[in-house]
Amino acid sequence: MDQRVTDTEMTMVPLGEDYPEIRAGVRAICDKYPGAYWRKLEKDDEYADDFVNELSASGYLGALIPEEYGGSGLPLRAGCVILEEIHYSGGSAAACHAQMYMMGTMLRHGSEEQKQRYLPGIAAGTIRFQAFGVTEPTTGSDTTQLKTRAVRQGDKYVVNGQKIWTSRAHKSDLMTLLVRTTALDQVKRRTDGLSVLLVDLRAVKSGLTMRRIETMINHQTNELFFDDLEVPVENLIGEEGQGFRYILDGMNAERILVSGEMLGDARYFIARASKYAGERVVFGNPIGKNQGIQFPIARAYAEWKAADMVTRAAAALFQAGKPCGEEANTAKLLASEAAWHAGEACMQTFGGFAAAKEFDIERKWREARVYQIAPISTNMILAYIGQHVLGMPRSY
Amino acid sequence: MKILVAVKRVVDKDIKIRVKPDQSGVDLANVKMSMNPFDEIAVEEALRLREKGQATEVIAVSIGPAQAAETIRTALAMGADRGILVKSDTALEPLAVAKILKAIVDQEQPGLVILGKQAIDDDSNQTGQMLAALTGWPQGTFASKLTLEGSDVVVTREVDGGLQTVKLRGPAIVTTDLRLNEPRYASLPNIMKAKKKPIDEKTPDAYGVDVTPRLEVLKTIEPSSRQAGIKVGSVTELVGKLKEAGVI
Ligand SMILES: Cc1cc2nc3c(=O)[nH]c(=O)nc-3n(C[C@H](O)[C@H](O)[C@H](O)COP(=O)(O)OP(=O)(O)OC[C@H]3O[C@@H](n4cnc5c(N)ncnc54)[C@H](O)[C@@H]3O)c2cc1C
Repeated sequence: MDQRVTDTEMTMVPLGEDYPEIRAGVRAICDKYPGAYWRKLEKDDEYADDFVNELSASGYLGALIPEEYGGSGLPLRAGCVILEEIHYSGGSAAACHAQMYMMGTMLRHGSEEQKQRYLPGIAAGTIRFQAFGVTEPTTGSDTTQLKTRAVRQGDKYVVNGQKIWTSRAHKSDLMTLLVRTTALDQVKRRTDGLSVLLVDLRAVKSGLTMRRIETMINHQTNELFFDDLEVPVENLIGEEGQGFRYILDGMNAERILVSGEMLGDARYFIARASKYAGERVVFGNPIGKNQGIQFPIARAYAEWKAADMVTRAAAALFQAGKPCGEEANTAKLLASEAAWHAGEACMQTFGGFAAAKEFDIERKWREARVYQIAPISTNMILAYIGQHVLGMPRSY
Repeated sequence: MKILVAVKRVVDKDIKIRVKPDQSGVDLANVKMSMNPFDEIAVEEALRLREKGQATEVIAVSIGPAQAAETIRTALAMGADRGILVKSDTALEPLAVAKILKAIVDQEQPGLVILGKQAIDDDSNQTGQMLAALTGWPQGTFASKLTLEGSDVVVTREVDGGLQTVKLRGPAIVTTDLRLNEPRYASLPNIMKAKKKPIDEKTPDAYGVDVTPRLEVLKTIEPSSRQAGIKVGSVTELVGKLKEAGVI
């Protein structure tokens, strides 16, 4: 029931291993950070500093930054491919994906002065732009209800409130922060009156406390408490009151990029599972001969393939500047489920060994599960499709 | 001094290859191809010499189908300065490749040519040696260490039973072994820069080389799969089993 007119301008979608040289470059880096590296990080509750530094120094994290600011100015799809390869290699892009997620907001709505000030450093890896504070403990998915307030006083905003799940804030130099600048009862629409501030965490002397949240995966995430945090007015992104639109604007890019990660996970599980299924012999036969083992892996492959196609379509539409909300959301949904089903098949294929940490399967499986919740949960995507694509009644 | 490196497009080392049903060769349809790993080592060594100021230019040459341009791009992304692609869709034998390389050597006059000791597809281990014969230049094969001393090239070779160090009077031919270095990966900015570096396209005809194969492949077969081993209880039983198997 695709209601749109035919795409007469013919958006082209590349098939197969697109950006092969970038994939090879990322893979070569990832080879230096094998399962043992990620296991140790998790055990020690450490952030992937070395990995992130190397990925920055080699320019891969700056893929989406325009050339005039020191990046490579590549299309969104290239970012997708980079994140996919990290996950396919058995690693995790969670330590560094945020700067790609947020790049669109910075590029489209940041001032020239802000771009000049920060982008070259981000491209060179000397400035970490890895934190975004949107979610709040009391309002969750209902973003427009968020309570954190910023009040303008002269040349600065004074911020009070609380954020939760602000990942990597303690490891980042910059953080985008979504705050309410005009009270909810004074705006026409609830989506008005929100603003995006760029907080330079290096310059913060007081007014901000962070508390780490321990999670089921090594995610380095935090609760943030703002108590009269001062942010210079020049760090406002775009116009005051338009912040929600800027964040929404970046959502499609984020969904497409995160799909890349999950597709990488799916490929990882399928590759590990199909190989092991051919090697492990019990009852005198490789276990993969049994359809109970073989078919879930084959099904996961088919699901991955479908998710991969929609992700490519979404990225191509995004690049062409065409509407892509439907594709971006669908890609995120399908990719998160393909990754999870592949993970389940892989767990089952490895039997008891799946539970052994040194096989990495259980770690990847735990990591893959989270994608059905964050950065956006499955239900919110279904709500988008149900309400925006199919025009059914709205639940919110 | 210029350094010429030869890079070959081969089946990726991680691919499990399959023999074509008619046994005429290995099935290459839709198979991932990469630069021969020994050639990556060759490129790396050349780049290190240039970075030390001992070479001025690194030229990557590939002889093969049009897609071999991708292999050259990989070398350019690692840091090579320019490429030469000699296009040929014929299956190439080492002698034909060596003759083309000889013609390029005559044109470019490099001080050093570095090649992989062999390509992982046909494992011939011949091209470097043949090129040395055709040019009349000294050769240091299976290099695990390479240093330039003026116009001399000092090469430590991995030979059966140990290491042998030879001093070659340049210009010379060197083929790389695994332990020579660990090749770098291409950074993203260098991948982007490589797209703008020149690749000169040629054909074997342009060098007057006839590439018609001289060998005929009779058949290609999969190696037989290894049988499971058995445990023996005594020396007598072992000897008996070995006799049974007809090996003693
Ligand atoms: C590891 C991790 C890292 C994160 N990192 C960040 C970060 O860096 N920055 C940031 O801002 N946030 C981050 N988040 C937060 C994440 O975006 C939220 O958890 C997510 O958006 C869901 O919000 P919530 O947890 O408040 O769930 P809730 O909004 O409370 O929802 C709970 C459940 O109810 C469902 N639900 C709610 N409303 C409806 C409805 N109308 N119809 C149907 N179902 C509904 C939801 O889909 C969900 O399944 C992170 C979360 C995790 C787990």
